Amino acid sequence: MQLTLWTYEGPPHIGAMRIATAMRGLHYVLHAPQGDTYADLLFTMIERRDARPPVTYTTFQARDLGADTAAIFQDAVSAAYERFRPEAMIVGASCTAELIQDDPGGLARALALPIPVIPLELPAYQKKENWGASETLYRLVRALAGRTLEPSPREGRRPRCNILGPTALGFRHRDDLAEIQTLMAALGIDVNVVAPWGASPADLGRLGDADFNVVLYPEIARAAAQHLQKTFGQPMVETVPIGVGATTRFVEEVAVLAGVDPAPVLAGAPSRLPWYSRSVDSTYLTGKRVFVFGDATHALAIARVAATELGFKVVGLGTYTREFAREVRAEAALHGIEATITDDYLDVEAAIQAAQAELVLGTQMERHVAKRLGIPCAVISAPMHVQDFPARHSPQMGFEGANVLFDTLVHPLMMGLEEHLLGMFREDAEFHDGAAPSHLARHGAAPAAPAAPIPPSPIPAPPDGVVAAWEASAEKELKKIPFFVRAKARANTERFARERALSRITVETLYDAKAHFGR
Amino acid sequence: MNAHAPIPQADAGCGVAIRQERGQRAVFCGLTGIVWLHRKIQDAFFLVVGSRTCAHLIQSAAGVMIFAEPRFATAIIDERDLAGLADMNEELDRVTRRLIERRPDIRLLFLVGSCPSEVIKLDLPRAAQRLSQSFAPDVRVLSYSGSGIETTFTQGEDACLAALVPDLPRADAHESPSLLVVGALADVVEDQFARLFAGMGLDLVAFLPARRAGAMPSVGPNTRILLAQPFLADTARALEARGATRLAAPFPLGAEGTTAWLRAAADAFGVDPRMFAEVTAPGLRRAEQALAPYRTMLAGRRVFFFPDSQLELPLARFLARELDAELIEVGTPYLHRGHMAPELGLLPAGTTVVEGQSLDAQMDRCRAARPDLTVCGLGLANPLEAEGLATKWSIELLFTPIQGYDQAGDLAELFARPLVRRTRLEV
Repeated sequence: MQLTLWTYEGPPHIGAMRIATAMRGLHYVLHAPQGDTYADLLFTMIERRDARPPVTYTTFQARDLGADTAAIFQDAVSAAYERFRPEAMIVGASCTAELIQDDPGGLARALALPIPVIPLELPAYQKKENWGASETLYRLVRALAGRTLEPSPREGRRPRCNILGPTALGFRHRDDLAEIQTLMAALGIDVNVVAPWGASPADLGRLGDADFNVVLYPEIARAAAQHLQKTFGQPMVETVPIGVGATTRFVEEVAVLAGVDPAPVLAGAPSRLPWYSRSVDSTYLTGKRVFVFGDATHALAIARVAATELGFKVVGLGTYTREFAREVRAEAALHGIEATITDDYLDVEAAIQAAQAELVLGTQMERHVAKRLGIPCAVISAPMHVQDFPARHSPQMGFEGANVLFDTLVHPLMMGLEEHLLGMFREDAEFHDGAAPSHLARHGAAPAAPAAPIPPSPIPAPPDGVVAAWEASAEKELKKIPFFVRAKARANTERFARERALSRITVETLYDAKAHFGR
Repeated sequence: MNAHAPIPQADAGCGVAIRQERGQRAVFCGLTGIVWLHRKIQDAFFLVVGSRTCAHLIQSAAGVMIFAEPRFATAIIDERDLAGLADMNEELDRVTRRLIERRPDIRLLFLVGSCPSEVIKLDLPRAAQRLSQSFAPDVRVLSYSGSGIETTFTQGEDACLAALVPDLPRADAHESPSLLVVGALADVVEDQFARLFAGMGLDLVAFLPARRAGAMPSVGPNTRILLAQPFLADTARALEARGATRLAAPFPLGAEGTTAWLRAAADAFGVDPRMFAEVTAPGLRRAEQALAPYRTMLAGRRVFFFPDSQLELPLARFLARELDAELIEVGTPYLHRGHMAPELGLLPAGTTVVEGQSLDAQMDRCRAARPDLTVCGLGLANPLEAEGLATKWSIELLFTPIQGYDQAGDLAELFARPLVRRTRLEV
């Protein structure tokens, strides 16, 4: 049993729903108890879709358990086929239905429907949402892509690729896709099939007709692309084009596979991020301590952007995607830190606290932590809520995505001038110490009393040994340090005192520690 | 034929056609009740024992609020638990201990059963007993089921309150009669009702649930209970088992419903009718005044209710009688004929009430009828809007103060708003 305040991923059948809802002409019959239809809301409310997801639930109740739940499932499959006439169907069980073991695959096969019916085995007590999406896409591609289709000879036609990965309920998938399609068009490459977004089962049958595959979200599409590589010999591009550097690499790799010239696309200044980041206004961003957490794709990409394109210092990096733990560990090592690989919200909270971050780049869940610790925060990865399905074009990928990232990552931080003046004058009634950045107006009315960051509750035990006592004057001096680095200064001073076995911390100790550690 | 069989009162006389339907249901499970209950009982924590699906449901519903410290969580059952590699009771104890250590301010912990925990028959009542003993006297631990297989949406509150009942302090038989208002109400509504009852001279009035775990009301043979919500079948039964008497009344929605509801209490406590009229007159006048403009907007509008919360019957009664709306179909997930009898008696003759649901068939009926306003859940609302039907999403009716005189106008406004919005938007 795992205590879960917040879960980073839903159960695997949500992943399957994301694939089904992204596609056209595919229906999903899900053996599930009454109530599991809440999942429809993810699509109709959070993503604001204008149609019900193509999902039929059996919605069995307690009184059905004594009767024939298998018959209920078969009736639901037949009725869904009659009503929706899909090109293909997927069938599976949710976590509760998994316990009653009705074998949806076998039951559906027995109905001998005149369309492909693909059974899904999604172990709900072991695996999670992204795995469910990946597995579903893989099963669909395996069942529907066939084995024989070969791309036509390259002579006299433009190169063709498939774009794999964008799903329903994906973090900025809609706009990422538009951005990548624009890039492909600029490179002179045709898009053969986009899957699962907007694809029909028949479209999946044409996957073999492309020269290569572009995997935008490895969590979701790597397995399917590997299958296509084996079956059709299609190479794949797996570089995730988030950030200016990554997008440039992506364009170059795609150009090599397609045999086109990337120079025109890369010429000039395709993104504003480099100049914005080099302009002197951004100097104060140098060395800002940032904690990055999210799915592996976004955590890896954003950590690179933060370090090499914005000049932050990455003091924490982690992911809840265990399948990509190795990549994330390697990336963390480059920043000289240890990766936080966990799906436990409380572990992430402890890591953020321990890292003394000044900015958290994470998921909707990290917004809770950041609120509690009083740290600025921006959302860079799923899980997210309705505000991260914006109406405006807001990709993360490509050169426009880099522009969006610059704004998103910098916005929560206090502006440079405000930060300077706070450091110089501590008693100002309006721009007082520890209040939310004034441009964010988090609490509506300005709090009258100085709201110091909420003291952390005793989650991480104080690191070994006794903490030296602070003299009142030193405590007062500590308050003169800007609030967003104060926790770090306190920890450093205490560490300094501990290492020297000092019993009291004076103003002198504080400045000795400052000199010792630098910033 | 059995000539002596008593005919259920609800079906006879009032001319309401009740039909039952079975099939796919688009409703929430009882776990959803946690979303408002955790705000009402301020020192309670709700620990769902279930799967990742349960955790995902709660956070999808409540996660848009950013919590410094949420008061709900899920103990996710994993493979080791199912395979018997881990003793589930030991695991539950460990998880609960970690939770209580983190939140020492918690006084009442609910272990909330889910579909998985019910299907594998994990004995949560016993676990609650065991944990209660080990945390006594600081934390009380109770259990109830919010599983989808057993409960629909608001029935989660019913199960939660019913779990509180055995622990309520005993009121002795010789004590003076007291009134217990049952059902979580917005604090502002609760205060209004308390003032009205006080105005009538009823001074022994309590509310269940109370705002704090330590302040739960007592119950005994002289307790009269007045249900403020229509979905409290088990809670009422549990209170009756402790000797309390239920006062039959329509529910306090709209001016008429509120008056009838208050009168049920006034009559039971022998309040002078003149005094009753005097106390209710200002509220009644204000409600009439507030409702008038909405009557012009909603009169003659045809309304279709999908089942959701069991509030549908009282809401339909309010819309039909006080705002002159027309009812096409009133769906309800469950119909307690005893508690609903006063409501059924007030519904216009010929009203179609459908208990249960077969989603696709019901959507076909709705599309064919093309109602002016469809009251439905969020899974259906945007899709129906895209088909050109105006909708009122029903969950909001649980999150908004709607009971009592001074909310009658607000309640009407909730239904009028989507219609008004349609006239405003030019894009």
